[in-house]
Amino acid sequence: MERATRLAPSFGAAAAVMLAVGLYLGLVAAPPDAVMGEVQRIMYLHVPSILTAYLAFFIVFCASVLFLWKRDLGFDAVAVSSAEIGVVFTGITLATGSIWGKSTWGVWWTWDARLTLTAILFTIYMGYLMLRSFAEDPQAGARYGAVLAILGFLDIPLNHFAVYWWRTLHQPSSLLRPGGPSVAQAMLVPLLVNMLGMVLLYTYFLLRRVQLEQRRHLILEGRLKRGRRG
Amino acid sequence: MSAIGEVVRRTWAMTRKDVTVELRARERVNAMLFFAALVLFIFNFALGPDREKLREVAPGLLWLAFLFTGMLGLARSFQAERENDCFEELLLTPGDRESIYFGKLAGNVLFMMMAEALILPLFGILYNLDVWAQLPSLALVAVLGTVGFSTIGTLLAAMTAHLRAREVMLPLLLFPLTVPVILGSVRATEAILSGGGLGEVSHWLKLLAGFDVIFLVACPLAFEFVLEE
Repeated sequence: MERATRLAPSFGAAAAVMLAVGLYLGLVAAPPDAVMGEVQRIMYLHVPSILTAYLAFFIVFCASVLFLWKRDLGFDAVAVSSAEIGVVFTGITLATGSIWGKSTWGVWWTWDARLTLTAILFTIYMGYLMLRSFAEDPQAGARYGAVLAILGFLDIPLNHFAVYWWRTLHQPSSLLRPGGPSVAQAMLVPLLVNMLGMVLLYTYFLLRRVQLEQRRHLILEGRLKRGRRG
Repeated sequence: MSAIGEVVRRTWAMTRKDVTVELRARERVNAMLFFAALVLFIFNFALGPDREKLREVAPGLLWLAFLFTGMLGLARSFQAERENDCFEELLLTPGDRESIYFGKLAGNVLFMMMAEALILPLFGILYNLDVWAQLPSLALVAVLGTVGFSTIGTLLAAMTAHLRAREVMLPLLLFPLTVPVILGSVRATEAILSGGGLGEVSHWLKLLAGFDVIFLVACPLAFEFVLEE
């Protein structure tokens, strides 16, 4: 982990470069959408954000399982850090999606399947973060958090069916679909560059946040020891 | 075989204990029943007396009444143990912790179903809906939904009993996780109340049953990790 932390600045720099290039390509160089016009450029932020959020939540799940198995608070630090970053990226997705929706569908919000699913995801992991902040004992908090993260992960496919049967309006995914992406080459390149930039940014945030969490543990341990001596 | 028998026996002991306590103290069911009646009463003020409009939103109202009332019962199930310092004794009982979970779950489902048995006829009367013709189908949906809501609810009640701000944390964690149950139950109830048969709602019933099975397996396993001291 220490070695990974030392790499954090390089990840940060790489993320900055990739995002700068990606945003230039997306906001300036790429052609505007034939139907939606300039506003469609928000996609270059919207799509990478949500895919990064999915990655973050998947890592929360993996780290939670590993924590319950190995009982190493290091895994828990990864889980809680990743959850926090995932919530931020989900928030960005909801905000950019809202702006996009207002100009293409004419409303800020609609109870479409994908929007609803994203909102549910947001509430589950907001709950997770609140749970973490209310747990007094770090070990117990880590256990509760891990259990909740695993339940939340099991819940996702069920939510998926429930919400899709309920309603759907959103355009189907253009990147993750059988038969390859359906985006024009000129749009695909900036999208993928931004995607890579976002994942690098996520890695940078994660390393820094885990470092912070470990320092918090150190302080807590120090306090406990001093308490025992006194 | 005897291992399963043992789990069933311990689960039964746990449920019987909760029911006995409830029969003597009556602090949970009475509050739940009164609250349920109040919820139906309040909804009427929120939505006005327009009968047609009420009929449209009735399935949602019915389930909100079920779930809010159920939430009250869930929150009490482990807090009572904690207030009376019974948690340690609970943990000292021999055998697997699964029995504690299943026992508490059975109690919670039972109390919630009791409240539902009161809410449903009252609802039919207050909102002018014919619930009697469809009673068996409605009962099936109610059982599937109640079990699903209680599986995660019982686990989270045990978890939040140890937290600061436990009263607010239970609903905050429980409602997002039970969205499939809420959607499935409300949609199925809606179709049934408007005269549809069970065949029409079979996909919702399958979803509810799937939810129940998944969390009836996952929650007892997770319960071990929640109760560790």
